[in-house]
Amino acid sequence: MPSSISYDQVMAWIHRFADVTIEQREELTRLDTAIGDADHGTNMARGMRAAVERVDALEGDDIGAALKAVGMALVSKVGGAAGPLYGTLFLQMGNATGGRSELDLAGWSDALDAGLKGVVARGKAEPEDKTMVDALTPAVQALERAQNDGADLSAALAQSAEAAHEGMEKTVPLVARKGRASYLGERSAGHQDPGATSSYLLLQAAVDSFG
Amino acid sequence: MKKLINSPDDVVKEELEGIAAAHGDRVRVSFDPAYIVRVDAPVSGQVGIISGGGSGHEPMHGGFVGRGMLDAACPGEVFTSPTPDQMEAATKAVDGGAGVLHIVKNYTGDVMNFEMAAEIASGGGTETAAVVIDDDVAVKDSLYTAGRRGVGGTVLAEKICGAAAAQGKSLAEVTELCQRVNGQVRSMGMALTPCITPGAGTPSFELGDDEMEIGIGIHGEPGRERLPLEPAARIVERLTTPIVEDLPFSEGDKVLAFVNGMGGTPLIELYIVYNELNKLLQGRGITIDRNLIGNYITSLEMAGCSITLLKLDDELTALWDAPVDTIALRWS
Repeated sequence: MPSSISYDQVMAWIHRFADVTIEQREELTRLDTAIGDADHGTNMARGMRAAVERVDALEGDDIGAALKAVGMALVSKVGGAAGPLYGTLFLQMGNATGGRSELDLAGWSDALDAGLKGVVARGKAEPEDKTMVDALTPAVQALERAQNDGADLSAALAQSAEAAHEGMEKTVPLVARKGRASYLGERSAGHQDPGATSSYLLLQAAVDSFG
Repeated sequence: MKKLINSPDDVVKEELEGIAAAHGDRVRVSFDPAYIVRVDAPVSGQVGIISGGGSGHEPMHGGFVGRGMLDAACPGEVFTSPTPDQMEAATKAVDGGAGVLHIVKNYTGDVMNFEMAAEIASGGGTETAAVVIDDDVAVKDSLYTAGRRGVGGTVLAEKICGAAAAQGKSLAEVTELCQRVNGQVRSMGMALTPCITPGAGTPSFELGDDEMEIGIGIHGEPGRERLPLEPAARIVERLTTPIVEDLPFSEGDKVLAFVNGMGGTPLIELYIVYNELNKLLQGRGITIDRNLIGNYITSLEMAGCSITLLKLDDELTALWDAPVDTIALRWS
C-alpha cells in the first residue's frame, strides 16, 4: 500500500486531469449548455492543455511549484469563472505544498483544504449554491474523516472521490445561487452543475494517479 | 452549424487580425496577451478607461476603442471573460499617469478576472478603480442570484466616461460618473432565436417557431420566461414596463433611449421597436432626448433586441454629445 504521493505522481495526476477534461470536453459543455454558457468543457480543455505544457517544462521535484504553474496557466488561459476559480484552487494547493517532493495523506488533505478555501474566498459560494464547492467540500471532509479513522492513502482518496461524486449528483435538484446558472432561478433545478462535475473528475483523477 | 469561419478554435484570433488589418489608423492589436488599444495610447495625464468581456458581442468592446470612449478593450474567447494578464497588460498600455478605470459587466467571471487583474496592477504601481455595470432588470437582484447582469447600459457608460476622461476629469471623478450612469440606466432584452457558439456548435437553447424568450441575457443563456410570439407593440411593452417601473422613470424625465439589436435582427425591425418605444414613453410623459439604434452589444447571430433607458441631465447629455471617434461609434 503506498503511503505517500511522489512528485511524479502529482505530475501524472495533472496529466490525467488534462486527458479527462479533453475526453469529457463535450459532456462538460453539454451540462454547461443547459444552465450556463456552453463553454466549460472547451475552456477547461484549453486551460489544462496549457497547464501540461508548463509543468512539462519544469525541472526539479517541487510539488508546490508544479501546482502553482498549473494555477498560473489556468488563470491566464481559461478566463470565465472557471479560470480564476480553478486557478486559485491550484495556486493555493501550491502554496500549501511549496518545497515538498512528497505528500502523505495529511499533506494532500491540507493542500486540498487550502485550495477549497481559496475557491470559496474568490467565488464567495456557499454549499448548496450549485457550484464546484458542492463537490470539493464533501471531498475535503471525507479526507479528514479518513485520516481520523486511520484509513490508508488509497482508501482515503477513494472515499474523497466518492464523496465528490455524491456531492456532484446532489447538485441536480439544487437551484443555482451563483454564476450564470443563477439567472435561471428555478429553471436551473434538474440539471447537474458543470463545475461540480469537473471537480469530481479532478478527484477521480487523483484516485487513478495516486492509488 | 453554419458559420463564416475557418476553424472554431481560431475565431477570436482571426477576428482580431481582421480588425488590425482594417483599422490600423485607429487601433493597435496585441495578440498575446490579446487586447485592442487606441493607436495613440497612453494619453499623458488622462484617465485611461478599459473594458473587456467575452467575444461574440461585437462591436462591443473592441469597436468602442478610440478617442472619446475606451482606451483599450480585452476580448475573451467567445462568451468567456478575458483573463487577468490581458487586463493587466491593457491597463499598463493605457496608463498615462492619471490612473485607469475598469468598466466591468456584472458576470461572475468578468468580475473575478478584473479583480485579479487589479490586484496585480496595483502591485505594479498603477492606480486603478473599477465600476461594475448591472443594469439588466430581467434578473432579480437578490442574495439568490449573481446579481443583475451588465448589458446595454455598458455601452452608454463607456461613451459618457470616455468623454469625461477626454475632458481631463480625474480618476475619482470619472469613477463617480460611471457609478452615477449605472445608477440611472436600466435595460431588458428578448430573443426570437437562440445563438450558436463556434465552440459548442449547437444552439444554446431551443425556441419554437412561434415562441420568444423574454429577459434574455447576451450569452445565449435562457431568460425570464418563454411566451408565444406577439406583435412588436406588445413585446416593447413587456420590455419597457419593468424598466420604467424599476428606476422608476417618471413623467417629465428626459431619457436616452437605446434600441439594440442582438445580431440577427435587421434595422427595419429595430425601427419598428423604436417607434413603439417612443409612443409608449410619450404616453407616460417621458421624453426621448437622445437615441441610439443599431447592433452594438450583440449575442452572435441571435435575433431579438434589448431596450435601454438612461435618465439624462445636462451633464450626461453634454458628455453623450461630445466627439467620439471609434470603429463603431463616431461623431464630431
